[in-house]
Amino acid sequence: MFEFTSFRRPPETFSVSSPDNADADMDEDYEDFLESGETKLTWPGESLTSAQDYMRGHGTYVDNEQVIASVTGIVERVNKLITVRAARTRYNPEVGDLVVGRITEVQPRRWKVDANSRQDAILMLSSVNLPGGVQRRKLESDELQMRTFFEEGDLLVAEVQSFFGDGSMSLHTRSLSYGKLRNGQLATVPPILIRRLKSHFISLPCGVDLILGLNGYIWVNKHVKQNEREGEEGFDAEAVYSSRNDEIDESTRAAISRVTNLITVLVSHSIPLTDTILLDAYDWSLEQECDP
Amino acid sequence: MSSRIEILNAGGYRSDGRRQYELRTINIDLFPQGSAADGFATLSHGLTQVSVCVFGPREAKLRSQTFHDRANVNIEVGIAAFSSSERRRRGRGDKRILEISQTLKSTFDPVIQSSLYPRSQIDIYVQVLQQDGGLLQACINATTLALANAGIPLTDFVCAVTSGVHSTSPLLDLTLLEENDLPNVTVAVMPRSGKVSLVTMETRLHVDRFEEIFRLAGEAGKIIHAEMKKAVKDRTERLVAPMQSLGRPATGENDY
Repeated sequence: MFEFTSFRRPPETFSVSSPDNADADMDEDYEDFLESGETKLTWPGESLTSAQDYMRGHGTYVDNEQVIASVTGIVERVNKLITVRAARTRYNPEVGDLVVGRITEVQPRRWKVDANSRQDAILMLSSVNLPGGVQRRKLESDELQMRTFFEEGDLLVAEVQSFFGDGSMSLHTRSLSYGKLRNGQLATVPPILIRRLKSHFISLPCGVDLILGLNGYIWVNKHVKQNEREGEEGFDAEAVYSSRNDEIDESTRAAISRVTNLITVLVSHSIPLTDTILLDAYDWSLEQECDP
Repeated sequence: MSSRIEILNAGGYRSDGRRQYELRTINIDLFPQGSAADGFATLSHGLTQVSVCVFGPREAKLRSQTFHDRANVNIEVGIAAFSSSERRRRGRGDKRILEISQTLKSTFDPVIQSSLYPRSQIDIYVQVLQQDGGLLQACINATTLALANAGIPLTDFVCAVTSGVHSTSPLLDLTLLEENDLPNVTVAVMPRSGKVSLVTMETRLHVDRFEEIFRLAGEAGKIIHAEMKKAVKDRTERLVAPMQSLGRPATGENDY
């Protein structure tokens, strides 16, 4: 045999809870965790548990009757299902999610939308609200003037409607709160830092509105009055599909950029974003401001 | 050996003061500085330094490059003109660069679970910053780390190491000086299964010596694996800790 005198052999097992457990009880260790529900980190190639007792979920695969992690992240268990949630990854769409996206391409009867996912999302012409009545048949003339609704580079907020056979998602903007975005700034964050909330439209008291897209795109814009956004009967196509910003005064501009910067700072420390944290941070940052 | 420098002296030390089986210092940085990449890693083995950015899985740029059943893995290698002692600019079509990227591709093909992302594309950009032997090994190790960081499903880590043989004594993790003089092999292992993803030689090696240094490289791969695992774990802990302390939502319909 060979000698490895100069090697310092690092410990083989790492665990957050108990740093000094030996190799041998690794399996038992995982079993314990699976019972206790405490946080466990894992990385590709790490054996989690036996495939006979547990089912494999996302982020795992089975080899040799063992459930093995395939991504870096947190191990989660629901009854007998073991999944690994990646610490950092692209957005995994689910039906009903609110997303913010950017048009990348205009195609016949559809738009391609970049939504930070593994493929561009698709927004069909039939799933947007068109001028002149919400429930209206799509005409050929609509198809010819698609660019007047959404152009390449436009930002929009939409909801995930369904999936296509190949796993790409289909969006819809058939609600008055969805549609083209203006009067603001985009912030991009890792999707895992955005939690599902009751409402993803947040109004901060500093005159700034936020749209927290579950795909990690956040739209920070000037506050829009409730009645203007949901203009009931008077669905004003001019306003909804306008690409021109309203007049934004200096204090609102300052507030928008302050909120965007706060998001960047919080995210760089991987702090999950909620309205309360953002509000606290905003007030705190104002307090720190010292006028000379 | 015609070299004027002693590869392995009578005391059993190599030209840079290492022992036969000693590896060079491994430095790993997994936190990107202002890069928008999904996964990032800078890794150095001694004076060889490589930086890798991973983008994706994302929409494929060209429709002709998409596969309906798996993701297209695109690897581009760049070697900085200042990376070696002799300044040399290598273009995109350079044979050496194409060879490295092709080798990387075949090394990672069995490891990346690309069938989970049909019609998408995974871009891997490898940038060589400094060269001092073991270029391929550094590229492979850095790419593994960047992929793991990007949250791309891998069946296992891939850990590569170069080993060579000086007359009858095997050496590990060769520097450029040793690499130029000795017959050497680069071996990439998957530590969990013990499978070998890559064996490559650019020199002639006596068949009797092969098994010995091949085994040795396999062992060394496990040591490198432990270092890589530690780096990945540190990063994941730092990313996850604030999310824990600020209260995770109860597991259930709120969670995904």
